[in-house]
Amino acid sequence: MKVLMLGWELPPAISGGLGTACKGIADSLASNNINLTFVIPSNRGEKTALDRRIRVISADKYHPAEALIKKTTLKNGYAAKSYPGTGTSLSPYHTSYTTCEKGYPECAGNRDEILALIENQQNLGSILHFTGNYGKNLFDEVMNYSSVGSALGAVETFDVIHAHDWMTYPAGICAKKVSKKPLVIHVHATEYDRSWSGANREIVRIEKKGMEIADKIITVSHYTKNMVINKYGINPEKIEVVHNAVSKDIQFSRYQIRKNFSEKIVLFLGRITSQKGPEYFLEAAVKVLNKMNNVRFVMSGNGDLFPGMITKMAEYDIAEKFHFTGFLKGAEVEKIFAMSDLYIMPSVSEPFGLSPFEALLYDVPVIISNQSGAAEILTHAYKVDFWDTDKLAKAIISLLENEELRSEIVKECKEDIKSISWDTAGKRIAEIYCSLCGKTAV
Amino acid sequence: MKSICIYFQIHQPLRLKTGYNFFSIGSDHFYEDDDLNRKICNKVSRNCYIPSCRLIYRLISKYRGKFRVSFSITGIALEQLRRYNPEVIELLKKLSGTGCVEFLSETYYHSLAFLYSRQEFIAQAEKHRKTISQLFGAEPVTFRNTELIYNNDIASAAAKLGFKNILAEGAESVLGWRSPDYLYTAACHEDYAGNEDITSHAAPEVLDGFTGKPLLNLLLKNYRLSDDIAFRYSDKNWKEYPLSAEKYINWVKAALLNRELINLFMDFETFGEHQWKETGIFSFFEDFVSSIIQNSDIDFILPKEAAGRHKSSGIIDVPHYTSWADKERNLSAWTGNALQRSALKMIYRLEKDVKLCGSEELLDTWRKLGTSDHFYYMSTKYFSDGEIHKYFNYFYSPYDAFIIYSNIVNDLHETIKKRMPDENTEKSCVFPSGTVKIPQPIMDAL
Repeated sequence: MKVLMLGWELPPAISGGLGTACKGIADSLASNNINLTFVIPSNRGEKTALDRRIRVISADKYHPAEALIKKTTLKNGYAAKSYPGTGTSLSPYHTSYTTCEKGYPECAGNRDEILALIENQQNLGSILHFTGNYGKNLFDEVMNYSSVGSALGAVETFDVIHAHDWMTYPAGICAKKVSKKPLVIHVHATEYDRSWSGANREIVRIEKKGMEIADKIITVSHYTKNMVINKYGINPEKIEVVHNAVSKDIQFSRYQIRKNFSEKIVLFLGRITSQKGPEYFLEAAVKVLNKMNNVRFVMSGNGDLFPGMITKMAEYDIAEKFHFTGFLKGAEVEKIFAMSDLYIMPSVSEPFGLSPFEALLYDVPVIISNQSGAAEILTHAYKVDFWDTDKLAKAIISLLENEELRSEIVKECKEDIKSISWDTAGKRIAEIYCSLCGKTAV
Repeated sequence: MKSICIYFQIHQPLRLKTGYNFFSIGSDHFYEDDDLNRKICNKVSRNCYIPSCRLIYRLISKYRGKFRVSFSITGIALEQLRRYNPEVIELLKKLSGTGCVEFLSETYYHSLAFLYSRQEFIAQAEKHRKTISQLFGAEPVTFRNTELIYNNDIASAAAKLGFKNILAEGAESVLGWRSPDYLYTAACHEDYAGNEDITSHAAPEVLDGFTGKPLLNLLLKNYRLSDDIAFRYSDKNWKEYPLSAEKYINWVKAALLNRELINLFMDFETFGEHQWKETGIFSFFEDFVSSIIQNSDIDFILPKEAAGRHKSSGIIDVPHYTSWADKERNLSAWTGNALQRSALKMIYRLEKDVKLCGSEELLDTWRKLGTSDHFYYMSTKYFSDGEIHKYFNYFYSPYDAFIIYSNIVNDLHETIKKRMPDENTEKSCVFPSGTVKIPQPIMDAL
């Protein structure tokens, strides 16, 4: 079976859990004998860390698409409108998107028209520019990417199209229209998760359209499935839940990490945006520091609330006990997890949430919010409602004061995730493909 | 006779390593970016200190004592010049030898100590006075506090330390309807909180015969005429651009028509560094000085000479703090936001512990972290003064500056904890449990 997979991130160039999840899924599908072509906006000159059996197409290197972009743009009267990002210069991850004024990226024609267009444009040089970021040209890039989807839909042969998150839904729809093959969309997060307080209407529209046109929808948790049903009005029968897992290949060695403090370390690691609930972490930290001294709090990551969080921490005047690291990557992430005694994920709305699983790999116990998909799996993790900072503070204190309880939680949680691996996820997804096109995997 | 009094400030902060992150805490105890500091010191010496000192020496020699200027040089600027550009020190000594240059006193570390610890303020002022006396062979009698931060309390403290003159900003909030272009008397009082700490200097010699309060001469900066040179000289959007010496002299003469004394206070780096050589700033200054001496009856005087030449026009009461920074001319450039206030409290909370350690080296490190510039970099003002803040800021953002600074202070804190004599650990006053008061969160800040 051949699958055209459309993604936005792949390691090493990632900004969140999406790339990690896509890699886990793709690798496990390859092991399940699925013949995979993975399309990303740009590999930025770096080699992706995917299984060797997977073919990777970088959209910015994909020549035949220029004519299509031109045509699509004209046809839809599309115009991009940009709004300046509001992040500080520290923040590479702006959460304020641009929005498109009008229209929805649509396919430029039927298969024959597209093939003819491509024929005429064969000799052009390369053209498309993708950053693959979530910057102010995001809508332009999503638009261009959808044209690549049209082109690939005409040129490539495959049985199923699989698109990850809203940035790739338009491309998936175009590919489906041209090829007449079934479309699977994979909901790692919805706009309502990302922008808790004010969802971008344009993005919601793109999501809704993708969900409606898709033949099958995969969500990463029941929490997200309910969101898709309730917020987007989608028929529950179309939706399958496939839990993510933590890659076993996350490389870490207990290299001599020296902790320079005697205090216990409580960690928050994630984007500092309203979705992740950083302010509840801070509120709880203040309440804990009222009661105990032998603890430090670390907030790692970046995002639009970064300046606000620093300012608020400074108002509490607890800079001796509360630290910001900025965005961490690679070895620094390993180091901070290895140094930590407790991991907190106070997300306001988290479809899945890979980070607590990552923490468990380092034997760090976790406290997670009830408003996360991870809570469905980590039945033994300590859970609180994100807004209940009194309870969160109490939980932090009792866990820090009781080492036995901490190791017990780690042990039980590891048991919880034993049954969940990428291999399981890959097998489930392969089954979904088969049900759609009536083929067996091989 | 009418007078012009010039004072130049020489200061270079010790810039911190911008790569000092959370993981450095507890392992890296060297906080300063030596490479950057050396480069900047070399550059400013080459562009400004060396050519400007030579120009001043030439003008003093040429006009045989008629041209006179005063300098205030921070202790940490002197340390860097000694290390990287000793030639500048030699030039300053040569200037001192002419007898036409007065060296002022200030806090050695260019700190905000007065706002947070009177004891520390006195220690730093004493350390600076000693350093300057030894280097230039004359005990300073004029005081300028960091960034011209001033109020009645500071004046009283300076008087008790034995200073005869003090400099301040000629802010409207201080002067009201009055002009800065006269000599004034500071409103000193004796009941200031730190007086028991002053033992080395007896009560000031000059006391008001009626009230018994110390008399301290107050010189106020004419900020319009000073900033015309320091900030606006090469600004092409300024309606007076280009500024010729002739035009400037006319302004000065007009101001002195009915008034007595114009105080031109500015950064020495104005010459050749903030205003590049190519703007003509050096010849502008030379023309200005020559023309004043040759074609007018205005003379140049030193701050310590002001009282001998002019009568005080009255007492200026300054109950609240003023400074020469930003258009507010108050403390907001250093204490205006929560980051700055938190960082300041953080460093001064360590004062008692670092002093209990008894290590000169740790004390010096702690004091260097009290330099006002560290807090200036954390300013989030983005109005007209934001540009000036950005000009001086080597960090990406105020938030970076705060994070790096607090990482460093946390490391110093760890070191202090380790070095505290055992019998004193109980006395530590930093962050015992239960000290965090939970204020109402200010949601506007988010």
